[in-house]
Amino acid sequence: MLTKRIIACLDVDAGRVVKGVKFLDLRDAGDPAELAAAHSRAGADEIVLLDISATHQNRGILLDAVRRAARQLFVPFTVGGGIRSLEDAAAVFDAGADKISINSAALADPALITRIADRYGSQAVIVAVDAKRLPGENGARWEVRSAGGRRPTGRDAIEWVREAEAHGAGEFLLTSMDRDGTGIGFDCELTAAVVNATSIPVIASGGAGGPEHFVTVFQEGRADAALAASIFHFGLNSVGELKEKLRAAGIPVRWPC
Amino acid sequence: MIAIVDYRAGNLVSVKKAVDHLGFPCEITSDPGVVERAEKVIVPGVGHFAATCALDDSGLRAAITNAIARQTPFFGICVGMQWMFEASEEAPGVRGLGIFPGECSHFPPEVKAPHVGWNQIEIKDGSRLLRGVPSGAFVYFTHSYRAPVVAGTVACCEYGGAFSAAVERDHLFGVQFHPEKSGDAGLAMLKNFCSL
Repeated sequence: MLTKRIIACLDVDAGRVVKGVKFLDLRDAGDPAELAAAHSRAGADEIVLLDISATHQNRGILLDAVRRAARQLFVPFTVGGGIRSLEDAAAVFDAGADKISINSAALADPALITRIADRYGSQAVIVAVDAKRLPGENGARWEVRSAGGRRPTGRDAIEWVREAEAHGAGEFLLTSMDRDGTGIGFDCELTAAVVNATSIPVIASGGAGGPEHFVTVFQEGRADAALAASIFHFGLNSVGELKEKLRAAGIPVRWPC
Repeated sequence: MIAIVDYRAGNLVSVKKAVDHLGFPCEITSDPGVVERAEKVIVPGVGHFAATCALDDSGLRAAITNAIARQTPFFGICVGMQWMFEASEEAPGVRGLGIFPGECSHFPPEVKAPHVGWNQIEIKDGSRLLRGVPSGAFVYFTHSYRAPVVAGTVACCEYGGAFSAAVERDHLFGVQFHPEKSGDAGLAMLKNFCSL
């Protein structure tokens, strides 16, 4: 049976992991290459490295981190943050990424999705969508935000995912701006709405505070995968422990790996 | 030297990285001469079946066919494996190698396509490629078309019905999933091939 994926996310700033670093007894918890390998050994199905500063000054540092992380990683490896062109994407692929994640640049120029997909295949293009719930009584609606969630775009999240899929997106990384960092659980309504609107896989993100939230987002949100950035902040030591709990709840997971 | 055939279909860095990691000399190449002289040939590939047309146009198809005729071990990955069949619904009229009979087809509408993620494979005894890999192992897939189960199928996967996850005949091997992205199980298969 196709399993639900648990994806470990490393937020990297100037070449160092800045979130989700409370990992076992690693001495140098902030090194992306070391953490990526450790997450993979602990059972993560994929690794995502997000360059949260994503400035051009840091580009070389990012590529070096990608190269070092990729060398010892034999599970799918996604890199995102500041990819604005086919050339940016090519540099990241050449450094060893299997997929890239684009967000603001895809909103500004949806044809970028197509250009990267034409060269590397749709499976290599993740479109990250940051969605914020709109107030109103006519059913739930979400607006897409860009620039790391800071800038409202006026675009409806459901319309945007349909458009992005038509342009060749291979997966969505869907983050609820309302839930991100709250620990009260994923926005299952948002996740299910996006799952219903598209045929490609949806990775849920934002709001996880415990293993039960992953169970809910897979069952009610019907997510294909869930992103765990700061899993180690809620009392679990590894992705493996999370997977054991998911398996006990009847969620199909890759375990043991 | 192992030739990893570059026909502009996606990213070959991961395959090379895995072979490098296993300690076997390899080279990414689009030169038919290099492919013909190689000790082993890997044809990776992601994306569209039509991309294999580039193999015909560049002389790579002839080089690969000649290498296969001289018993050079051959390994097709993903679209590279689909190319070992006769054809694919994805690109009607594009000819595969026809090593295995039948046509690749799209997943049925009851299941989500593409099939992305880790799924289990059921392995038949006696495969050289899959030696040491337990049946039920998890491997990483990403594809929208699947190859039928044939006499040469050595591993099946279930998703909207059974399809060929791995095929094998003599010195010819193919896998639908990505061994370079399938953790220890995938590395074990790559090592089996590289050690032939």
